[in-house]
Amino acid sequence: MDFDALINGLDRHTLDGITRGSIYALVALGYTMVYGVMKLINFAHSEVFMVGTWATLGTYTVIGATAGQGLGMIIGATLLALLAAMLASAGTALAVERIAYRPLRKKGAPPLIFLITGIGCSMVLVETFGQVLRVFFGPPFGRVLVNVPAVLPTKTVFTIPGLDLAITNTRLIIIFGAIAMMVALDFFVNKSRLGRGVRAVAQDPDTASLMGVNQDRVIMLVFVLGGAMAGVAALLFTIQYDSTKFDIGFIIGVKAFTAAVLGGIGNLRGALIGGLVLGVVEVYASTIWDSSWADVTAFVVLVLVLMFRPTGLLGESLGKARA
Amino acid sequence: MTIITQHTNRLRDRLDGVPTWARALGMLLVVAFAFYLPYLNILPFAYIRTDLSATGTDWASVLFLVVVYMIVAVGLNVVIGLAGLLDLGYVGFYALGAYSVALFGSTSSPVVEAIQSKFGLSEEWAVPFAICVPIAIAMALIAGVILGAPTLRLRGDYLAIVTMGFGEIIRICARNLDNVTNGAAGITNVPVPPGPEIDGRPFFNVSEPERWYWLALVVLIIIIWLARRLENSRVGRAWLAIREDEDAAAIMGVAAFKYKLWAFAIGASLGGMAGLLFGSKQQYVEPNGFMLNLSFLFVAMVVIGGSGNILGVLIGAFLLTYLPERFREFQEWRPFAFGVALVAVMILRPQGLVPSRRRAREFADRKVEAEEAAADA
Amino acid sequence: MPDDDKVTATAADKATETTVAPDTSDHDLLSMDVGQEGETLLEIDHVTLRFGGVVALNDVDFSIKRGEILGLIGPNGAGKTTCFNVMTGVYTPTSGEVRFNGKAISGSKPHKINQLGIARTFQNIRLFPEMSALENVMVGCDARHKTSVLGALFRAYRIRPEEHQLPENPLRRSFAKVFGISRHTLEERGGRERSMELLKFVGIADRAHELSRNLPYGYQRRLEIARALATEPQLLCLDEPAAGFNPAEKEDLMDLIRRIRDLGHTVLVIEHDMKLVLGVTDRIVVLEFGQKIAEGTPEEVARNPKVIAAYLGEPDDAA
Repeated sequence: MDFDALINGLDRHTLDGITRGSIYALVALGYTMVYGVMKLINFAHSEVFMVGTWATLGTYTVIGATAGQGLGMIIGATLLALLAAMLASAGTALAVERIAYRPLRKKGAPPLIFLITGIGCSMVLVETFGQVLRVFFGPPFGRVLVNVPAVLPTKTVFTIPGLDLAITNTRLIIIFGAIAMMVALDFFVNKSRLGRGVRAVAQDPDTASLMGVNQDRVIMLVFVLGGAMAGVAALLFTIQYDSTKFDIGFIIGVKAFTAAVLGGIGNLRGALIGGLVLGVVEVYASTIWDSSWADVTAFVVLVLVLMFRPTGLLGESLGKARA
Repeated sequence: MTIITQHTNRLRDRLDGVPTWARALGMLLVVAFAFYLPYLNILPFAYIRTDLSATGTDWASVLFLVVVYMIVAVGLNVVIGLAGLLDLGYVGFYALGAYSVALFGSTSSPVVEAIQSKFGLSEEWAVPFAICVPIAIAMALIAGVILGAPTLRLRGDYLAIVTMGFGEIIRICARNLDNVTNGAAGITNVPVPPGPEIDGRPFFNVSEPERWYWLALVVLIIIIWLARRLENSRVGRAWLAIREDEDAAAIMGVAAFKYKLWAFAIGASLGGMAGLLFGSKQQYVEPNGFMLNLSFLFVAMVVIGGSGNILGVLIGAFLLTYLPERFREFQEWRPFAFGVALVAVMILRPQGLVPSRRRAREFADRKVEAEEAAADA
Repeated sequence: MPDDDKVTATAADKATETTVAPDTSDHDLLSMDVGQEGETLLEIDHVTLRFGGVVALNDVDFSIKRGEILGLIGPNGAGKTTCFNVMTGVYTPTSGEVRFNGKAISGSKPHKINQLGIARTFQNIRLFPEMSALENVMVGCDARHKTSVLGALFRAYRIRPEEHQLPENPLRRSFAKVFGISRHTLEERGGRERSMELLKFVGIADRAHELSRNLPYGYQRRLEIARALATEPQLLCLDEPAAGFNPAEKEDLMDLIRRIRDLGHTVLVIEHDMKLVLGVTDRIVVLEFGQKIAEGTPEEVARNPKVIAAYLGEPDDAA
């Protein structure tokens, strides 16, 4: 129990928590949107994120981006990696939907079965990077931690006077990147025609299909959007942690899903709040005790929140206009 | 696939016509064969043994693990198959069972050492196995009630995440509470069931796994017998009614929360029982033996086998435990194959390999409904 | 699509009804201990229910007397079903109180209210679709059974059986004589018998072992009544029991409702079919826009100008 450490570094720890929480929140969007539309926990979403980190690594490798290059290379490589990660993640999400969920939907299977195929897909994806690709291509694939080059060098942009708190460029990119993506998504769901379809299906799939909304297309859209957000999160994750691993998705996925439930599953803004709260709680907990208790604290907070607000902090609903 | 279903249904109808005594005799033969399995050495049946090659695993030990996981599957089936609650943290109860017997029964556990020094007992002293059993089951049961009481009022999907969190918390606690659980080092000297000493060695020892297998088999048979009693009583009816329409069931006087909590508690205590057997046979417990993946494996056993049907979940548990052991030479590929198999089996046969008759019907109806809905749209 | 089903279902009903004679046997198993007839059973005491800004029930106040058949009528959206839901614990009133046998039940859990002795059917049928008709009724019977989980598991609570309860098989017979029969077994057997009796009583025993979802519409309606009766209610609430029935079926239903009362149950009927309500009830309460606008015998209510206006629509509605 080290409350002094927390109090002394409160500003720094809060910033750490927000950084971590932004990534959770972006991944949580995928869970929340799929849940809102299909009432389904997409278990393979964690691996959609993991694929994104590998896509980032792949892009850097292909264009030969490493640490300490010129500004043009930094911006070009990062943007290209962003695009690649978004495409790879969205593609993976779409493939999961087509292979594991759509056939079950056509059979009207109950939610539990979707969960099992989701777990199955998740294992297949993990093992693809941990085993299959290693057999064919060797390293960096395999069951080890892989370094991702720090193409974007970490620099202090400014220091908050009085607090002695250094704000680095990577933190700014992560926090504002995440928030910008979320605002864009929120805008899309609430204002665009396609977004209206999403909300309609979330509210009442049967009526929506009677009104001419193509349910299959809406579901595909949701998976693509959720996947793309996970791709963005993947890039931001590599910027912050400079590494990836075949099973990195699992723990991020569990946290992101917890964040989604915490904020109110099916609620886009809830995902943001849930992610940030979870990130901050975790960092605080690992300062007070040690990092091994962070997960326990996160789950205890979740249970407490659900006991007093059974629908999460902001309530659930992708359907309502104020999603 | 429908052809297979038709055939199995016809087979079942024919079985229904068999007189009671013949069925009892058949059951007896099956049980006798199960007890004989460790010695199975008649070709070609012996090919199912897992110790044919030098790298193979000991056959009786595999059988023991199969039966332990069958106990798990029967317990989880009460939660998932009968009451319709999604529990993704079942490994937590399994771990609690194993750790309880280790913490109270092992001479090298910090808990026992603390008791020894407090009461001035000898270093040989530990809680006897016979008392560890009710302790282990009670710990799992209490954990089930503590976890279930606040969360069973929540919606089903939340239950999934909260139970998953619970499973992780148990493992993290086991790893981090160094002065209670020995942390990552684990606990050795887990006690074994009492029995007559043969050649100066305890009856249940490491080098004779078939005895452990028989013990687990006896436990399994008792548990199946009890589970069937529950299924064919007002309790089973209440679970079914809750699964079909919880509000209507409550208005018809079914205490929905109470029965859900019972399902959870029963499932938890069976998980604890299985963990106890496992820990005792290993004579060693460590946190890494209870990773969350095991929870998914347990759920997969129930669902692949056919949730709601005891025979189905037994077959699910057998396949998912036995096949990886049989094909150990492909160890590196096992998780990949497991993932592919999960997806393939569930897409081809979402009701599970051997569903209960009621479930099979439900699925047929749902499929027709889904098709009608698609046709309407 | 559903309409087609209904037509064929009712046709099938009629076909069987001509063959199945109305059940007139003496239902010993079913008769209830009637309390003092005429005393107040249920009081709706100035109940108001608001959902946000919407007032669903406004100061509704009436009571049901033991042994009567009370009709609760009103045009669509008058608050009949809401009133019902307040009585059965689905909603808690914003103000006011519901008292059953003098005890406040507002805010009790639905299954507790059932235990007190109130059972109901649903306007849109809510059976347990994958259970057989008999099993559906047995769930109702279980509400009065004492065996719990441990009792069903270990069956240790033994009861010395009476002569007629002893099994045929001589071996089992002597076993039962020495060790008694577990309460679980006796209740299970009793529940099964009573359920069959109830199915006979409502006239659908011929299809007791079919899944309830496969039963024709009229059978499902009557199965709901049987399931509710199985919980041995002092007060049985029927929510639009005649919906979708043809005149002949309505006649049968009226007869059934009277027979239910004769067993000792008090019956509350919600209906908007005036003819049925006027024909079967002793007293009627009329709701409109969540308010009680009339109460009295069928004759009084039928003459009441407010009621006539509510049903026919006032010509100057806007005023």
